[in-house]
Amino acid sequence: MGELKNKIMFVVQRPPYKSEDPKLALTHALSSGVTSIHIDEEIVPTVAFIGDGVLNCIKDQKSMEAYGITSNERHIKNMLATDTKTLVCKEDIERLGIKEDRLIDASDMGAEMTIKVVPFNEILKEMEANDHLMFF
Amino acid sequence: MGTLSIGVFSSLVGSMNLDFAIRLAQTAINKGHTVNLWLSGNATTLSKDKQKEFKDYSHLDKILRDLMGKGLSVVSCEACNQSRGIQKEDLIGGINRASMDLYLANSAQSDRVLHIGVE
Repeated sequence: MGELKNKIMFVVQRPPYKSEDPKLALTHALSSGVTSIHIDEEIVPTVAFIGDGVLNCIKDQKSMEAYGITSNERHIKNMLATDTKTLVCKEDIERLGIKEDRLIDASDMGAEMTIKVVPFNEILKEMEANDHLMFF
Repeated sequence: MGTLSIGVFSSLVGSMNLDFAIRLAQTAINKGHTVNLWLSGNATTLSKDKQKEFKDYSHLDKILRDLMGKGLSVVSCEACNQSRGIQKEDLIGGINRASMDLYLANSAQSDRVLHIGVE
């Protein structure tokens, strides 16, 4: 890794599987870890789920059984296992009646990082703290 | 002069996002800036060679080739291409294929990034 750091925030607004966007957001965020093959600069990703995008964070997804594709849960767990800061909008999970105990965690993979439920205001502050924003 | 990275995820037909991105790239290049264009998701349809022009649909083949001749760098997501049955030999000459880490690396080193993600 180089000494320089560049912060990129990925904001996921779409629900899983009805659109390719959330999957692309997650794969782009995960690829941050290998950009050092191109540049001498570390990319620090943050991923935030807002709006209907918070539905990506519900655990026990059965996309392989239903659609024959890997789940967004798998990608999110890989993100957590690689210490990616992952935020979920508090107002949106409350609006959709999602309790925090239904959110994905990657403790079975040894991850210390967990999904952090935060008010939208904190997500806005995080956006301001990043060098680049990518909305999916 | 600066460097602009543009990432587009919307399809060539059915959305005007690619039209906007290409025309923005054209303006930037004509002003002397360096522009990197990343095509991912349905936007990889732009990378396909032998597109026929119809007046009812967006047609960016000609302007894209012209811009590449002026230095526009175009990279298409390899996995997105492959999943749509677009092989390397199907691409417009001069368009490269890579994975998304190259886009992030280019973004990190750009003065400005315009990411058009949601379709």
